[in-house]
Amino acid sequence: MTVKIVIGLDGTETGDRAIAFAKDQATRLDACELLCAYVIEWSPFTFQTPEENATRHKRREEEIATATDRVVDPAVNALKEAGFNASGVVRHGDVAETLNKIAVDSGAVQIVVARASGHGFTNRVFGSSTQNLVMHADVPVTVVK
Amino acid sequence: MRTIKTLGLAGATALLANPAIAQEAAGLDDRINQAFADFTGPFVSFIFAPFPGTGFPWIVGWLVVAATVFTLYFAFVQLRFFSHAISLVKGDYSDPNDAGEVSHFQALATALSGTVGLGNIAGVAVAVGIGGPGATFWMIVAGLLGMASKFTECTLGVKYRNEYEDGTVSGGPMYYMSKGFDELGLPGGKILAVLFSIFCILGALGGGNMFQANQAHQQIAGITGDYPGWITGIVFAIIVFLVIVGGLKSIARVTEKVVPFMGVMYVAAALVIIIMNADQIGWAFGQIFAGAFTGLGVAGGMVGALIQGFRRAAFSNEAGVGSAAIAHSAVRTKEPITEGFVSLLEPFIDTVVICTMTALVIIITQQLIVDPETGNYMLNEAGNAIATVDGNSGVSLTSAAFGSAFSWFPYLLAIAVVLFAFSTMISWSYYGLKAWTYLFGEGHTKELIFKVIFCIFVVIGAAANLGPVIDFSDAAIFAMAVVNVFALYFLMKKVREELESYSSRLKSGEIRKFEH
Repeated sequence: MTVKIVIGLDGTETGDRAIAFAKDQATRLDACELLCAYVIEWSPFTFQTPEENATRHKRREEEIATATDRVVDPAVNALKEAGFNASGVVRHGDVAETLNKIAVDSGAVQIVVARASGHGFTNRVFGSSTQNLVMHADVPVTVVK
Repeated sequence: MRTIKTLGLAGATALLANPAIAQEAAGLDDRINQAFADFTGPFVSFIFAPFPGTGFPWIVGWLVVAATVFTLYFAFVQLRFFSHAISLVKGDYSDPNDAGEVSHFQALATALSGTVGLGNIAGVAVAVGIGGPGATFWMIVAGLLGMASKFTECTLGVKYRNEYEDGTVSGGPMYYMSKGFDELGLPGGKILAVLFSIFCILGALGGGNMFQANQAHQQIAGITGDYPGWITGIVFAIIVFLVIVGGLKSIARVTEKVVPFMGVMYVAAALVIIIMNADQIGWAFGQIFAGAFTGLGVAGGMVGALIQGFRRAAFSNEAGVGSAAIAHSAVRTKEPITEGFVSLLEPFIDTVVICTMTALVIIITQQLIVDPETGNYMLNEAGNAIATVDGNSGVSLTSAAFGSAFSWFPYLLAIAVVLFAFSTMISWSYYGLKAWTYLFGEGHTKELIFKVIFCIFVVIGAAANLGPVIDFSDAAIFAMAVVNVFALYFLMKKVREELESYSSRLKSGEIRKFEH
């Protein structure tokens, strides 16, 4: 049976650390699929101007295309070239909630993310996406330093 | 851009400091005002012409009848689907795979930012100041009935919108008039669309622009001392120009975030004042009910209260006007009717909740002078409105009412009024632009011409006196409703088809909540 691991990417070198750890895990398993996920932070409860609404669909498509081209596809291709079974996905939403949902929907056994050092006010008050993921995930989460 | 703005502000300050120039400027105000009143007079007279032999404007009857017809035709959809509308806004029925698209909440919030504003602050004060507390009752009735009008137009707005290859959308009455009439095999859809577009441009320049600039100037002048309105107009015009022509999104973004906060603050302050005077709530509602059916001495009696209530409610929530259909048509949904359900919350929030709060604060803080002998309200010297404590009217009446409880509130209200006015202008510049591009086609130069005209009207609006501006604002908005409601009567069966199909699928469980 193929085991699936979700890797949370954020477009920075922290994602590379998560990939490295997931690759190490995958080599220890007989059959493992690595699912590279990139979540574009988005909330349905923000305020927008009428003009932003009118062009939102176009912007969404552009955001997905950019994330796929620049972050997910290069990661998936590199994994495939290294001999791993890999695929990718790009979603909009709350990072922690969406990563968890991707893992649950795809039947993944683990989520691997790398720790990003956020010092902003929001992070201090509400916690980072990584903290929220660890607190609320339905599958085991590995946070790579 | 920053330099232009600084120069504009510096110039205005220099003009204010020179008494001779300031006096000449005041004369300029009068000339603009007179020219404006002369030019718009016939149009305003036609729109507000009374039924022969009565004092009841036909346009008010037009809207009330339409809202009642839609309420009955859709069997009180505003009550039956109220909780479903809230579920939709919460996102319970939104497909998680559509995340990143315009949500129901965002479409509602955008439409609300175009309606919640001065209509709720100044418009209510005008209604209560002229029509007495009884106007509040008719305003609530109009708000509740208007929910059905809004439901009808917004469903059609999404159903017949244009989706272009590049992913952008354009929707609104002009699209459902032309496409919907073609679908039904009816002639004249395009003529209606052109007529609506012309009135929409006038509405954008009137209620969506001049009224806002005018009331914002009144509020600022009330705090800083009187000065010529065109100075406020020029400063406002420069900022609006920077946003809609210069593409300075940062101002729009800040406004869009601050306006909801101001709205919450406003409602919270009103609630605190009402709770502080809890012992008078019963008396206030007594005045509202008694005034609704007797007038309590206001000019025009019960009919006067009714006219003012309906007029201000229609101006505030814009139900039947068609503007919301433009704002709501950007939402991503496979079911156009869902946006109709969401949109019916708009008149409820705008009129039933916020307008009622404003009216209650004005009544409870006893800004309206009562004759102790008769118990009726006393009229002012002109005999056309209720006498108020300091002779206030419009936004200054609301400001005085809130200020009687919190002395600092007029300053906060001044900021809120300016932000509300600005936010409404940005929304209406978009509605007007959509109508403009429907008429003349899309293109940079064509769009620029409209945007420059829009900015010029900011200055005219701030300079003109309240009377002509408010009359023209109403007339332009109501003219949109004339064409829109006419088209809705023909197209409402399309909405009923959607409603019946959706209701049966909702009942059968085919449409269900998503797990988030």
